[in-house]
Amino acid sequence: MELLYNIFVDPFAQMVSTPDFLLQVLWEGFVTGTLYALIALGYVLIFKASGVFNFAQGIMVVFAALSLVGFYEAGVPAWLALLLALGIMAVLAVGTERLVLRHMVNQEEIILFMATIGLSYFLIGSGELIFGGETKSMITEELGLPTGSTVLDVAGGIVILQHIDIAAAVIAALMVAALAFFFSKTRIGRALRAVADDHQAALSVGISLNQIWAVVWFAAGIVALATGIMWGARSDVSFALQIVALKALPVLILGGFTSIPGAIIGGLIIGMGEKLFEVYWGGLMGGGVEGWFAYVIALIFLLFRPQGLFGEKIIERI
Amino acid sequence: MIYREAGQFKTSYRQDSAIFPILQDRIAIIFYLFVAFIVIPLFGSDFFLNSMMIPFLIFALAAIGLNVLTGYTGQISLGTGAFMGVGAYSCYKLTTFFPETNIVLLILLSGFFAAGIGMIFGLPSLRIKGFYLVVTTLAAQFFLEWAFIRVGWLYNYNDSGAIEVPQREAFGLIVTGPAATPSVRYLMVLSIVVLVTWVVSNLIHGRIGRSWMMIRDMDIAAELIGVRPLHAKLSAFAVSSYVAGVAGAMMVFFWLGAAEVESFDVNHSFLILFMVIIGGLGSLVGSFLGAAFIWMLPIVIRAVPRVLGLDINAATVEHLNFMILGALIIFFLIIEPHGLARLWSVVKQKLRVWPFPY
Amino acid sequence: MSATAAVRPHVTEDGRELGEVLMDLRNITLRFGGVTAIKDVSFNIQQGEIRAIIGPNGAGKTSMLNVINGFYHPQEGSITFRGETRSRMRPHDAARQGISRTFQNVALFQGMTTLDNIMAGRALKMRRNFLWQMLRYGPALEEEIEHRRKVEEVIDFLEIEHIRKTPVGRLPYGLQKRVELGRALAAEPALLLLDEPMAGMNVEEKEDMSRFILDVNEQLGTTIALIEHDMGVVMDLADRVVVLDYGRKIADGKPDEVQSDQAVIDAYLGVPH
Ligand SMILES: Nc1ncnc2c1ncn2[C@@H]1O[C@H](COP(=O)(O)OP(=O)(O)O)[C@@H](O)[C@H]1O
Ligand SMILES: [Mg+2]
Repeated sequence: MELLYNIFVDPFAQMVSTPDFLLQVLWEGFVTGTLYALIALGYVLIFKASGVFNFAQGIMVVFAALSLVGFYEAGVPAWLALLLALGIMAVLAVGTERLVLRHMVNQEEIILFMATIGLSYFLIGSGELIFGGETKSMITEELGLPTGSTVLDVAGGIVILQHIDIAAAVIAALMVAALAFFFSKTRIGRALRAVADDHQAALSVGISLNQIWAVVWFAAGIVALATGIMWGARSDVSFALQIVALKALPVLILGGFTSIPGAIIGGLIIGMGEKLFEVYWGGLMGGGVEGWFAYVIALIFLLFRPQGLFGEKIIERI
Repeated sequence: MIYREAGQFKTSYRQDSAIFPILQDRIAIIFYLFVAFIVIPLFGSDFFLNSMMIPFLIFALAAIGLNVLTGYTGQISLGTGAFMGVGAYSCYKLTTFFPETNIVLLILLSGFFAAGIGMIFGLPSLRIKGFYLVVTTLAAQFFLEWAFIRVGWLYNYNDSGAIEVPQREAFGLIVTGPAATPSVRYLMVLSIVVLVTWVVSNLIHGRIGRSWMMIRDMDIAAELIGVRPLHAKLSAFAVSSYVAGVAGAMMVFFWLGAAEVESFDVNHSFLILFMVIIGGLGSLVGSFLGAAFIWMLPIVIRAVPRVLGLDINAATVEHLNFMILGALIIFFLIIEPHGLARLWSVVKQKLRVWPFPY
Repeated sequence: MSATAAVRPHVTEDGRELGEVLMDLRNITLRFGGVTAIKDVSFNIQQGEIRAIIGPNGAGKTSMLNVINGFYHPQEGSITFRGETRSRMRPHDAARQGISRTFQNVALFQGMTTLDNIMAGRALKMRRNFLWQMLRYGPALEEEIEHRRKVEEVIDFLEIEHIRKTPVGRLPYGLQKRVELGRALAAEPALLLLDEPMAGMNVEEKEDMSRFILDVNEQLGTTIALIEHDMGVVMDLADRVVVLDYGRKIADGKPDEVQSDQAVIDAYLGVPH
């Protein structure tokens, strides 16, 4: 009886009695969710254009952030370090296309997927080799990002908003808008969509697949850098993030592998859901439930809607 | 001609259906077993047994477990580490409850707990495929990792949070705990690995193994022919997790001596997956080759600077290890997606006609 | 070649079939979202005959086979097989009841050998339990060998001894189609469904395949429903033909009747495919 009360009544009673705290929790979840969404966005970009499920996306986030901080620590001014980090992501994109993807064109997707796991290991090894294995902190102020906080009076209490979190949300929104523009208004963006829809068709109008792949991986690299900066500003820059980055997978399950809005909404649902669950129900189970909540939600979700939130049900053919 | 098939006429389907229809293969197996059971324990140093052979065999077994699922049934999993953990924690609890029972028996029993958990997390595979399954197996991985930490009962509420292996005797020898010698532990591991491998090999070559491969190659056709996806997939999950569970129990009881959640984390899931990829998806021999490769490679890389007299610090070597491992995986997938096992069979094919290449 | 049809015991001179109705399909309607793939189609398949289903691309032929073996579930209509009427069944139940088939695009198990693929066709007939399988000894081994013998008969019949141990992924298309027929035969079906068994074959391969189909029908007495585009082949093989167009049945009868039917000529024979 008491257990039932603790599960079904008490958490909601708490939410109602201290709404300011609830808002704070939701805000935290929202910001984490934005970052999940950004990582998922990187996956979606590459998956849409090349059908490759790029397991290394999370690692690319860390790698990008590490290069940025690494350059800065080597004495390069922040703005230049930013450009150089972008350059690294470009090199990575071209390199991946040349050395890996190009040689695996006709392989099954699962083999490609495994190759990206190999790529992750390579990036972890080389990242630590070049920039050192120890945890670093993000050069937030040097990049001109805000660091203070604002206290809001709402619902009879206060909610604290870190400025960096607000910046993260804003940048994420800009990023999505830019991508949407890129895909619908630019020549190469439209070409990308053509590739996604039909490889043969794209080839027949003379678009080079190799180029497209390099561009898409670079775009994913830019997203990774932005994510890395935001994430680094909130915690630290280290490869421990890769475990967190895996949460983009359940996000994709919810949102679908090819939908940009899906990635955003999925990210927010997972981010806010796991925060709420941890704060209001986690205690009942000894805490630490954030580690698996997203996956279990995705699992349950898959059982009932295998095609994702926005996907259509497909009847298999033979 | 040291290796030839020609001239060995199979006079019955029984002979032709044997797992090693070629005489030289049977001789080779006997030879390997002789080396493994007699030569290595007699002449291997403690370091060689403890740091190379024991973990190699244990990982090979875990790789066989994953291969059943991924290589033979086509269901990719990133939960192997956790399933190994289920085996280890179950075995620990079993020794607590039944201190007098033969530990080898308990290890073999503990696999059933892993099989049960594996089947539960395998249920979604009935509706989903491919990457989606990665997510559900990750759910298993992270949920179980959490349980290994938060459920104190599993480690008898030890302050350390670790499971510590008690000393146990079996067959008149001390087989577990600090007093057990490496050669005894090695022989225990070897026997179990041989036994389980033999059973898995039997399954693979019969009706059940075929139903797994049918699901892997074309699940719809398999269903139309009359294979029940439920039976095929869940049996693959059960066998796979059983084998992983036994490997996990052995890892703690015959090798590490004590373990916490880190021994069963997602990195171990990856490690085993790499062994399967590099060794060869859908090959038992490949599981051994892959485990040998991935386990021995870092040992070799660590030794190289010493041999060359270079002074490279340990961390750098670790990073190099990661890079080389990653690059090799990509290399293998490009050059030979079928892994070392395929290379091995190509070599055998060459030997088969040697010295006359026509 | 129509002489072959004449000597069949179950067809009298005047075309009245004597075989019992093995499968009866009534008023089948199948929709995918907005698309109606099959619209109110009825026909039957009689014991021992070769029944052809023809029609232009997209007419709903493959969907019809998928309905017959339970892969698609029609929204309307009923299916009676061996006197048992059903509305819905799972594909493996159909397999269990003796329906097996080949596919328009070869659906073999690419990673397995010819032998294993055909052994796979006997999946339903093997039932030694897990424990015996683990030991691969005693009953399990006996069973394996007994079925192996049956499979070797199929291999002999189709003349594919030389590729017994080759992974089918490495075989040319024509041989793959033959192995697929072998897999279906291994199940010793009461009703064999063949979806374009000769598509993509050269003349010689087509002749071989026609011979195998006739042999299966005559020697083993297996009832066959087949989809085929090549009218010559249909004329030679089929006892009766049903013609679909845009999901509707537009003709049903003996090959020569169908061939001279105006609706068929308009819809199908006139249209290049
Ligand atoms: N699984 C499916 N999902 C959606 N539409 C389908 C499916 N299977 C068949 N169809 C549609 O049904 C119609 C008939 O297809 P099909 O039976 O394959 O024709 P045929 O074999 O005569 O060429 C086509 O319009 C096809 O697009
Ligand atoms: Mg068709």
